[in-house]
Amino acid sequence: MKQFGIFIQKEFYHILRDRRTLLILLGMPVVLVLLFGFAITNEIDNARIAILDQSKGEMSQEITQRLVASGYFLIDENLQEIAQIEQHFREGKTKMAVVFPSGIEEDKRRNLPTQIQLIADATDPNTATTLINYASAIIGQYAQEQARGQALPMQIRTEVKMLYNPRLKSVFLFVPGVMTVILMLVSAMMTSIAITREKELGTMEVLLVSPLKPAMIIVGKVIPYILLALANTVVILLLGTFVFGMPVRGSLVLLALECLLFVITALALGILISTRTDSQQVAMLISLMVLMLPTILLSGFIFPIESMPKVLQVISNIIPAKWFIIILKNVMLKGTGIEFVWKESLILAGMTLFFIGASVRNFKTRLE
Amino acid sequence: MPTSQAIQVDNLSKRYGKDVQALAQVSFEVGRGELFGLIGPDGAGKTTLIRILATLLLADEGQATVNGWEVRKNYRKIRSHIGYMPGRFSLYQDLSVEENLRFFATIFGSTIEENYELIRDIYVQLEPFRERKAGKLSGGMKQKLALCCALIHKPVVLLLDEPTTGVDPVSRQEFWEMLQRLKEKDIAILVSTPYMDEASLCDRVALIQKGRLLSIDQPGKIVSAFDKPLLAIRTNDMYRLIHDLRAFEPGHSAFPFGEYVHLSLRQPIWPEAIHAYLAGKEHTGIEIKPAQATIEDAFMELMTREVM
Amino acid sequence: MLPAITTDKLTKRFGDFTAVDQITFEVNKGEIFGFLGANGAGKTTAMRMLNGLSRPSGGQAAVAGFDVYRETEKIKKHIGYMSQKFSLYEDLTVRENIQFYGGIYGLPGKEIRRQVQELIGGLGMQAYANTLVKSIPLGWKQKLSFSIAIMHRPEIVFLDEPTGGVDPITRRQFWEMIYKAASEGMTVFVTTHYMDEAEYCDRVSIMVDGRIAALDRPRALKEQFGAGSMNDVFLQLTRPKP
Repeated sequence: MKQFGIFIQKEFYHILRDRRTLLILLGMPVVLVLLFGFAITNEIDNARIAILDQSKGEMSQEITQRLVASGYFLIDENLQEIAQIEQHFREGKTKMAVVFPSGIEEDKRRNLPTQIQLIADATDPNTATTLINYASAIIGQYAQEQARGQALPMQIRTEVKMLYNPRLKSVFLFVPGVMTVILMLVSAMMTSIAITREKELGTMEVLLVSPLKPAMIIVGKVIPYILLALANTVVILLLGTFVFGMPVRGSLVLLALECLLFVITALALGILISTRTDSQQVAMLISLMVLMLPTILLSGFIFPIESMPKVLQVISNIIPAKWFIIILKNVMLKGTGIEFVWKESLILAGMTLFFIGASVRNFKTRLE
Repeated sequence: MPTSQAIQVDNLSKRYGKDVQALAQVSFEVGRGELFGLIGPDGAGKTTLIRILATLLLADEGQATVNGWEVRKNYRKIRSHIGYMPGRFSLYQDLSVEENLRFFATIFGSTIEENYELIRDIYVQLEPFRERKAGKLSGGMKQKLALCCALIHKPVVLLLDEPTTGVDPVSRQEFWEMLQRLKEKDIAILVSTPYMDEASLCDRVALIQKGRLLSIDQPGKIVSAFDKPLLAIRTNDMYRLIHDLRAFEPGHSAFPFGEYVHLSLRQPIWPEAIHAYLAGKEHTGIEIKPAQATIEDAFMELMTREVM
Repeated sequence: MLPAITTDKLTKRFGDFTAVDQITFEVNKGEIFGFLGANGAGKTTAMRMLNGLSRPSGGQAAVAGFDVYRETEKIKKHIGYMSQKFSLYEDLTVRENIQFYGGIYGLPGKEIRRQVQELIGGLGMQAYANTLVKSIPLGWKQKLSFSIAIMHRPEIVFLDEPTGGVDPITRRQFWEMIYKAASEGMTVFVTTHYMDEAEYCDRVSIMVDGRIAALDRPRALKEQFGAGSMNDVFLQLTRPKP
């Protein structure tokens, strides 16, 4: 027990004395959360839009005026034909175009539902969503006011078209996403590097030639990183809640347990990597290529899984991060209990057991 | 079979892949309290041998025991009772001198205080730098600290893989003096080195080359086994001298040795004959004197014999 | 005849620390000059100044007749350099390494082809010509590295901690290559902390704490200090008897 104690103490010395890495480990979650957070809550102010008025009627003028009066939009140009829209987008002059089809006055007179088209340049999806949301709200309000005192309420449906990027995802995704990436990074990458560093230094040879059991060496290396990862979790949750109003609707205990489960999954992966590699550089590369990239790209954090090609959808099932993000969204946003996430939790637990089993098989009590 | 030897190696062989024969039927033994040198160039198989004894590698064939324990079956036992210093630097650079020592003492289930007696002579030199990080020590100091760390649990056998490589002459000498004192405490020491001149500091040595032991004996006996007449010769043109001596009919071998060339002869001849031969080749400043064979002469002789 | 290297009170300071303290010496053409000292005595710093890699803080020095302050580019053209890490590309073959370095020193294609033949033949390395450098034995690497360092026929070749760890025969083959180069008029400047090597040099200097503590022929030094070997001379110099 005393041996184990001094081992963990030594591990903490390594972490605390490497000031630069420690700063990155503790600072990165803060920076990432703030970065993602502010990138998404970008306020719209005087955005330039184009109008294509094919109806040339009263309604189109009134709506245009309201859009301008809101302060969110500035009319850049009145267009003559539909083909000009893309042209303008390409030149980067405007971010959104409002198309009033020729039949809207007729629809209004006959009290039929009508349509106004909002076309947005969704190369920047966040801005596009915000613009479309604002414009839809203004048009909706106009329709409601017109409807007062009429037998049948006037209906204007805004038809939204997202060019270049058909589906946009919810803004609340980033907190669970960043959390997943950070936990993966701290747990898997840092442990695999910490273990391979001992191999590189030659101290692993001495540790092996000591009465320490291999399991003790590994658990001893891992414990400080569990604590570090959990500290990061708390920081991210606090930032999400207090800076961005991210709700945590479910049970905190459940959330903490799920985080612990995922941290252990990631640690097991890190250990597995370190049993297969001998240098820090290789461990880092493998961690980045095999863990970080799929975690960012295939977990549904940035790109929705439903819109991926079938093959990638299947592959995404073996990415632990995918399941963890589902759990996080359920617990944090929907406030569901274990009854709705037990399946995902079980999958993660199964993966963890598999990785631990593989690491034990691969860990060598000798050098070859 | 119980054995009184600290290390017993019997017909050990080890290959890496198909082409590299790291060890070929190596056998020797090291007694208690003996300082045994494993001497040979890089790639001769020294590290492989030491790692097999440290239970870090498995041999393909043959047997080995450390303190009577078999290296394959009883590796746990061996690991708690040996001190091992790998060739690479094996200290935590970001831990202080004292922290390193305390760490290694504790993981071997001991304390600094318990065995301080054993390392005191070495540690007093390190004590002024107790708080200093190991990474900031000089090469010689690091080596001393690594030795302390390997000794702190009072091992019965000490395995040292090239402890003096890359260390300056002063630290090298001090290191060897420490080993001399340690063996008086009945610790068996197996030390490997590529420096031939360190052979004379060992009780017995094994010369190793390409995975084979060329000779095992006391250093003095290995040298006296070199039975050919040996002369040290110099002239003002060393390069030509080497080639002329190699072409000299009664000569057996000619190798540069510092400022001289060592010429070994098939049979004794008068130095005057050599002088005349060299003068005939227009050498000036000719100096010829009998030479005492060194461990390097012996090693080269054994190497050339091996080839034939 | 001008000396190959002259220094006059050459000094290098890093902040408060004086790494090289007013060293003055000459190295003659065709001489094998041993530059000895413990780790940290200032050998490497001094050699970097002579190579034109580091600007001196004071004093004068000329290498192959060129000034170390103003003519570093010319110096680099007239010297060869072999580092202790051999500076060979491990993942290129022996032949490719020779071709690469021939190209770097601007040798014409025909000359490179001739050198490849001559070098590989001279070293007896035909069997290894198309082998990756990482899988040839240490001794061969060392000899190849030296041959490449002198391929462009420099006036002076600097060897930084060249030997160590090779078997005694290979080590002597290496020294024979050095003798051969010197007998053809090349100046050889060897740094080492391995005192055994010093015995092979024409003259040696021993650096202690940034200064040159001794400079002479090995036999003269051994006589002067009443020592049996250069190792003893060195020990006496660095660890004075109390």
